[in-house]
Amino acid sequence: MIVAEAKPIKEILEMIDGLNRILVVGCKGCVTVCNVGGAKEVAILASAIRIAGKRHHKEIEVGEMTLERQCDPEYIEELKDVIGDYEGIISIACGVGPQFISERYPEVKVFPGVNTRFIGGAVEHGIWAERCAGCGQCVIHYFGGMCPIARCSKSLMNGPCGGSNKGKCEISPEVDCIWDKIVRKMMAQGRLDELLEIKPPKSWLTARDGGPRKMVREELVK
Amino acid sequence: MTEYKSGSNLEKVLKAGHFAFTGECGPPRGANVELVRKKAQHLKGCVDAVNITDNQTAVVRMSSWAASLILKEEGLDPNFQMVCRDRNRLAMQSDILGVSAHGIKNMLCLSGDHQRFGDHPEAKNVYDIDSIQLISMVKKMRDEGRFLNNEEIDTPPRLFIGAASNPFAEPVEFRVYRLAKKIAAGADFIQTQCIYNMERFREFMKRVVDMGLHEKCYILAGITPLKSVGMARYMATQVPGMDVPQELIKRLRGAGKGKVAEEGIKIAVEQIQELKEMEGVAGVHLMAIEWEHRVPEIAERAGMLPRPEV
Amino acid sequence: MQDFKPKIIGFYCSNCASSAANIASKMKLEMPTDIKLINIPCTGRLEVLHLLKPFEQGADAVYIMGCQEDSCQYMSGILKLKKRVEHVKKILEQIGIEPQRIEVFSLYAGKGQDFINIANGIINTVKELGPAF
Repeated sequence: MIVAEAKPIKEILEMIDGLNRILVVGCKGCVTVCNVGGAKEVAILASAIRIAGKRHHKEIEVGEMTLERQCDPEYIEELKDVIGDYEGIISIACGVGPQFISERYPEVKVFPGVNTRFIGGAVEHGIWAERCAGCGQCVIHYFGGMCPIARCSKSLMNGPCGGSNKGKCEISPEVDCIWDKIVRKMMAQGRLDELLEIKPPKSWLTARDGGPRKMVREELVK
Repeated sequence: MTEYKSGSNLEKVLKAGHFAFTGECGPPRGANVELVRKKAQHLKGCVDAVNITDNQTAVVRMSSWAASLILKEEGLDPNFQMVCRDRNRLAMQSDILGVSAHGIKNMLCLSGDHQRFGDHPEAKNVYDIDSIQLISMVKKMRDEGRFLNNEEIDTPPRLFIGAASNPFAEPVEFRVYRLAKKIAAGADFIQTQCIYNMERFREFMKRVVDMGLHEKCYILAGITPLKSVGMARYMATQVPGMDVPQELIKRLRGAGKGKVAEEGIKIAVEQIQELKEMEGVAGVHLMAIEWEHRVPEIAERAGMLPRPEV
Repeated sequence: MQDFKPKIIGFYCSNCASSAANIASKMKLEMPTDIKLINIPCTGRLEVLHLLKPFEQGADAVYIMGCQEDSCQYMSGILKLKKRVEHVKKILEQIGIEPQRIEVFSLYAGKGQDFINIANGIINTVKELGPAF
C-alpha cells in the first residue's frame, strides 16, 4: 500500500492560517491502514485544529468527512454539496487525494495534510517498510524474491557493494543490506550460477525517470 | 597478446611481469592546483600509477578527471576514478571519451559511497548503472568501439580498466565470486580494500588462485599504514569488511608514545614485503591518505625502488 | 490570578486507581473540587481523541491515573496509554499548549494519599501555568 506520514500540526496550522472554516477529508484506503488518514485521524486532526483556534482566541469551524477513496472521481464527487461551506480543505489521503480534489473543485483551497512516503507494507504493528519503487519492470524473481531497486540504497543489480556491513547497509545500521539477504538466500538455494550472471543496465524508461506515467486499459475504456 | 589495451605505464609494468606499486591522491576541496602538484611531487618516481579519488565519501572535491590531468602534466600515470553515485550513463560515456581524449589511460570503476555520508546528503541519487555494469560498458566502448546503445564510437577510448575488491566484507563467502564477476565483466586490474589480516588474505588469495582469476586479471593488494591506535580502532569498528587483528593493535600500543606512527610504517613495509612473495598478487596499492610525503620512505624501505622503466 | 478556577479532567481506571480512590475516601481525605473525575475500565481504553476532546471543550489540564506497569489488569493498558500521552504532549506542544497540561500516573492500589496528592499536584501546576485558553 501507499504509506504516508502525518505532516507536523504546526505546518498544517501555518497552511490554514487566516482561514476559519476548514474541512478535513480522510480516506478509507491505504492511509487508514497505516493509521494516518482514516476517520480516526480525521477526528484527531480536526480536534487539534479546534484546540489551536481556541488557544489563539479564534473559533475555527472544522468539518470532518472520510471518503471511500480519494483516487476515484466518483467519491470526490461526494464532496460537491458540502465543499462550498468551507474556506479550505485539508486532505489526509496520499498525494493523489488533494490533487483530485483540487482538480474537481478548482476554486477551493486544498492542502495536503500528510507526506506520502513510499509503497510498502507492515513489517510489525506500527512499522512499515518500503518494498517497491514502482520501476515498472518487476524482476524480483531474479533476486530470490526481493527487490534490489527499492531495497538497495544504490539500487544495485549486481550487488553487494563493499559497504555491506554485517548484514546492514552502509547508510545506517537500521537498514538491512538487501544484497546480503539476496546472496545468502540464493546461495542456500544453490543458485550461485544465477548470482554470477551479469545483470545488464536497467531501463529506467518505465520508472518515473521516463516521465509522468499513465496506464490505459483499452478493454475497459468506454 | 602483444598489443596494449591502453598503453598506460601501469599496464606496461604489469604486463612486463614487474611487481606493481601504486599510490593514491585525494584532490583538494577547491580549485587548488598547487596542492595537487605538491602531492604529485612526493609520489613522483615512487609509484607506477596514482589513484585520484572521485568525490570520495560523497564529499565534493575537484573532479577526478581534472586532478588526473594535473597529475599527468606532472609526469605521473593517473588512475582516474569514476563512481556510479553522481553520473548517469550519458555523463559517464561522455567523461570516458573526454579523459581518453586527454591521454588518461587508467580508469577505476566504483559504486561510490552513498551521498548520505557526505557533505550534500540531500542530493539526488543517480546510480543509473552499477560498478559491474560500468566495467562492462567501458570494455564495450574500448574493445567493440560501441556505446552502450550499440552505436559506433568515433575513435574508441583506450583505457586500462580497474575495479575494487573488499575481500572481507559480508557476505564473506560471496566476495571471491563478486571478484570473479568483475573480472568476467572486463576488469583488467583490481585493487583491494586495505588489508591488515595477512592470514585471512592469504586464504582469500588461495581461492582466487584456485579459480585462476589471477591469470585473467592483475590483483593489487591494498595497504594503508596505521598512524595511531585510534586509527586502528576506527578501522576495526567503523569500516565495513575491515579485519584488524588484535595482535596488530597490541603491537601499535606497545610501540610507546610518539612512536606509534613509526611502528605503523614498519608494519606496512613488512606487509608489502610479504605480499611480494604471495602467489597471485601482482602488486601493492598504497593508500597513505594525507601522508603522501611518507610514501617515498615506505617505497624505499619496502624495496619498491627504483620503479621499473617500461 | 486568584479568581482563576482551573477546569481539570481526571480519568481513573477501575482497578488500582479506583482502589486507591476508595482508600482515600475511607481515610476521609478531601478531594479538591476543581477536578472532574471520570471512571473508565482501563486506562488503555483511552484513545488520542479522548485525550484531546477535554481541551477542545476548554479544559486547562487532563490527567490519567492507572495501575503500575507490571500490574495492569489488562496487561498492557497502562503502557499503551503512556505512549498515547507522549503523542498527545507532542501535539499540544505544536499547537502552543504546554505539554505539562497532560500527565499520566501509575498508582498503588492501597495508597489513598497518593490519589489526593496527585490531584493537588496537578492543580498547582495548572495554577502556575495559568488558564490554557
